[in-house]
Amino acid sequence: MAKPQLVCPAGSLAALKAAVDNGADDVYLGFRNDTNARNFAGLNFDDKALAEGIRYAHQRGRKVLAAINTYAQAGRFADWMASVDKAAELGVDAVIIADPAVLDYATKTHPQMRRHLSVQASATSYEAINFCRDRFGIQRAVLPRVLTLAQVENVIRHTEVEIEVFGFGSLCVMNEGRCWLSSWATGESPNTVGACSPAKYVQWEKKPNEMDVRLNGILIDRYGNDENAGYPTICKGRFEVAGETYYAMEEPASLNVLEMLPEIIRIGVSAIKVEGRQRSPTYVAQVTRNLRQAIDAAYSAPERYSVKPVWAAELGKVAEGSQITLGAYNRPWR
Amino acid sequence: MIDSSRIPKIPAFTLPALIGRLGMRLPQWPHSLNLALALNAAKKLGVLPEETLSQIEERRFRVTVTDTGMVADFTYRQGAFRPLFGDAGKPDLHFTAPLSAYLQMVSRQEDPDTLFFNRTLSIEGDTELGLRVKNMLDALEWPQLSWQGLRPTFLAKG
Repeated sequence: MAKPQLVCPAGSLAALKAAVDNGADDVYLGFRNDTNARNFAGLNFDDKALAEGIRYAHQRGRKVLAAINTYAQAGRFADWMASVDKAAELGVDAVIIADPAVLDYATKTHPQMRRHLSVQASATSYEAINFCRDRFGIQRAVLPRVLTLAQVENVIRHTEVEIEVFGFGSLCVMNEGRCWLSSWATGESPNTVGACSPAKYVQWEKKPNEMDVRLNGILIDRYGNDENAGYPTICKGRFEVAGETYYAMEEPASLNVLEMLPEIIRIGVSAIKVEGRQRSPTYVAQVTRNLRQAIDAAYSAPERYSVKPVWAAELGKVAEGSQITLGAYNRPWR
Repeated sequence: MIDSSRIPKIPAFTLPALIGRLGMRLPQWPHSLNLALALNAAKKLGVLPEETLSQIEERRFRVTVTDTGMVADFTYRQGAFRPLFGDAGKPDLHFTAPLSAYLQMVSRQEDPDTLFFNRTLSIEGDTELGLRVKNMLDALEWPQLSWQGLRPTFLAKG
């Protein structure tokens, strides 16, 4: 089996260089608009930065993938077409797309450009993936973070499309491309404007013994002074349910697959993705460096592999809410 | 870009409370002036993107260093960072952290989100403005710095 590619995030040219310098095989990024799902103020790449990023990566034998992974909004399909055209013009190595209409456009207009199926497409079965292969010639699919490792293995056994899984980073509420929680509170969601909990709706309020966070006026969480915080998303809020206040949907935590890397490699995963285009170059460098070492160790000598304390410590430190989890991968039920 | 490997690892530390209590009693205007001067120097180096600067026009910022008692208020107006003296009123954006956290962020040894998650760094005010500033700082590509006094090497060579 081949060694999985390490796919790392970049929200800026500095982050792209940090990823490349620390051992990423692929770097994924987005344009400065709502055609990507990390459309935050001051983040992402203009044409000049992207051209420089591609040059930097290619000189070092690495690849650049452009995420065009939101859903084209009514009357504005031209914006998504323009992003696909721009990616092709600047010479990215692949585009990561969720919307079938955008995939169709890329397939017909730039058939030579590799196409990856975004996690936002929420394709969890090999039937869905093979459908996209037949219709849109996708060469890789990113699996949503809802499958057990056995289910991932089953998908891999039934398709020749490369399978990419998440290896580290903040977890979604496990609805991937179908989540409307942010939209419920603000009218805007990742699939529509490219941002979950857009910053203009978020209010952090520090009080003497606590910190409140609200999304468009709705109280999401109240942190005591000694409690770790998470991202201000509804899915990771604490709510009163039947008289009890707790994380009703999901705890703020980051996925971390260090301990199951040999298994991930054994079942034939083609690429391991790191979440976090919104994070700093420091995070990208820390996560990339540790995962690079871990993947190399797990691939070269799986029988001798064990998680080094320094990897666990560095990844644990940068995790959302300072907590890590294996997520659905080791879920006992199906 | 700063070569973090050449900078000694900065531990998380908190200065003795006495320093903070003393610092709070000292005049704060020199801090505001120094920070504005430093930011203008960074602007002259061309590392601050004009696009973001145009979006922070007339916004008021406050940087509080908890363990030194330092508070710096400044704004950006007509192409330059300008210190705000006296009662600057409620800022649009307020960063609060101990000295070690700022040093760790500037030297790219710690990630701002990590410091925010573990409550070392607090960001209050206009969240979108905060995100814009954070992303601008994250995206900066500093000239190669030498550790000796953190002087840009092209100046040291000159």
